[in-house]
Amino acid sequence: MKYLLKRLLALIPVLAVVAVIVFLLLHLGSTDPAVLIAGDNASADDILQIRQKLGLDRPLLEQFFSWVWRILHGDMGVSVFTGLPVTTMIRQRLEPTFWLTLSTMLFAVVLAVPMGIVAAWRAGTWIDRAIMALAVLAFSLPVFLIGYFLIFGFSIKWALLPVQGFRSISEGFGPFIRHLILPTLSGGLVYMALIARMTRATMLEVLEEDYIRTARAKGLGNTRLLVRHALKNAAVPIVTTIGLGVALLLGGVIVTESVFAIPGIGRLTVDSILRRDYPVIQGIVLVTSAVYVLINLAVDLLYTVFDPRIRY
Amino acid sequence: MPVTLAHLELRLESSSRRPWLGFARRHPLLVAGSALLLLMAVLALAAPWIAAQDPADMDILHRLQGPSAAHRFGTDALGRDVFSRTLWGGRVSLLVGISVALLATGAGVLIGMVAGFFRLADTLIMRVMDGMMAIPGILLAVALMTVTQASVRTVVIAITVPEIPRVVRLVRSLVLIIREQPYIQAAEAVGTRFHWLLLRHVLPNIVTPLIVQATFICASAVIFEAYLSFLGAGTPPEIPSWGNMIAEGRAVVQLAFHVILYPGLFLGCTVLSINLLGDGLRDKLDPRIARRL
Repeated sequence: MKYLLKRLLALIPVLAVVAVIVFLLLHLGSTDPAVLIAGDNASADDILQIRQKLGLDRPLLEQFFSWVWRILHGDMGVSVFTGLPVTTMIRQRLEPTFWLTLSTMLFAVVLAVPMGIVAAWRAGTWIDRAIMALAVLAFSLPVFLIGYFLIFGFSIKWALLPVQGFRSISEGFGPFIRHLILPTLSGGLVYMALIARMTRATMLEVLEEDYIRTARAKGLGNTRLLVRHALKNAAVPIVTTIGLGVALLLGGVIVTESVFAIPGIGRLTVDSILRRDYPVIQGIVLVTSAVYVLINLAVDLLYTVFDPRIRY
Repeated sequence: MPVTLAHLELRLESSSRRPWLGFARRHPLLVAGSALLLLMAVLALAAPWIAAQDPADMDILHRLQGPSAAHRFGTDALGRDVFSRTLWGGRVSLLVGISVALLATGAGVLIGMVAGFFRLADTLIMRVMDGMMAIPGILLAVALMTVTQASVRTVVIAITVPEIPRVVRLVRSLVLIIREQPYIQAAEAVGTRFHWLLLRHVLPNIVTPLIVQATFICASAVIFEAYLSFLGAGTPPEIPSWGNMIAEGRAVVQLAFHVILYPGLFLGCTVLSINLLGDGLRDKLDPRIARRL
């Protein structure tokens, strides 16, 4: 409990730095942020209005502290384009992104860990080579290429799955899953490759330990040996990779949403880029970073489950 | 010249009857990666001579045509030659990839060395790096792109910034080990100037892992450029880049799959070749870390 509190407190400087970066970005550019947001065919009046609306005419330090103060009260400002509060806009888009991220993670982890174990167990054989070749390939193929290939095959050619869009889980479980399959596949392969490589590498190290030889000598079955003895000891680095890889995963999800026209945070990002809606982008960066940091905290806390030697 | 292990190895390799075959068998990833990358680079650099059509030439009458003798990869929604645009797109990708790898590594080495040597700066620098690493790279790049005018140069900067913390961490961790070595203390004792110490005694000892990491940064920069352009926050649309071509082809994916197929394949092959090269370099240069990943 004390440890948890300490870890939560340690997040404050990290998130503070994130806030400073996100805030300063707008002022680092060579051009006046108000001009930039207003776009190419804006009048001087529009620019003045934006400058006042965003408080860009006040001293930088004052702007920063009032901005932080408002964020601490759950107010991320107002979209330049729609006039809606940024928090509302993000909340509206949260559901598809949440489900897509979750399904992608599940898909990747469930596949990658066994892949890595088998590759390490059969290291040097053709199975190992095939799995690792697949991993390098999956790591190199851009998300949209996989996505469009899947769309072309499964949706256009064979008409098995919907081309794009998202169905809420409240509209029935069948359509919900059917709309998630292709996006999950295309966004999850990179993440899967990353975890599979890490699993293989860690398992290779563990499998050379003396206690594995002992376990084998006493006639332990392969499954028990690999899972109970080896995987459990290899778990910490693997879980760490799963946590850190979430950054990669989130990037993939943003692109995937664009490919499959899923109305989530990724689409909101693209829309905001086109509208140069900086307050919304700021909000998305802040929320995503906070989620990412919290996921990694949760991962750290999971260590105790796998390794009782680690005590907090 | 002193004979090192590397020299011996080289001699052993060249003493076999077919030196290249032996090298290729021992380092298949390295050879396959370099060969594929070389092919992609030659295609990109020779674009003006290989591709007959101007990549920007529009021909509305012959739009969305499939691959033919006149247009090897077909034409896009504006009747532009996909083959020519794909080759030209390779120039953007390679330019971005190499620039980002060099810039991020350079900046990372500088910052990492400062962090490794000065305890006061270390705390501050590492806090900032932790904060930067907490922002998913693509989002940081997107945020950077929305506050600047889009150009190849700003794309390079936007992709470089999120890559820097990883280099800093690597350099710092290596410097922390190296600075405790006797040869550094010896150099300090004889009064070696600080910049000379870094340049001649520290840098040579971190070059190997840096080269490997720079290769992986190059691969991820090529993908990032495509992602940014695809999301509309990358290379300006008038420049043919693979991300832009795929973004434009999105609307006609059902009619003309070839418009996104070819740039996508070239992108995939390029990234694959750089990743293979990185894997190969890591195996060859540093067998110790080779076991880890």
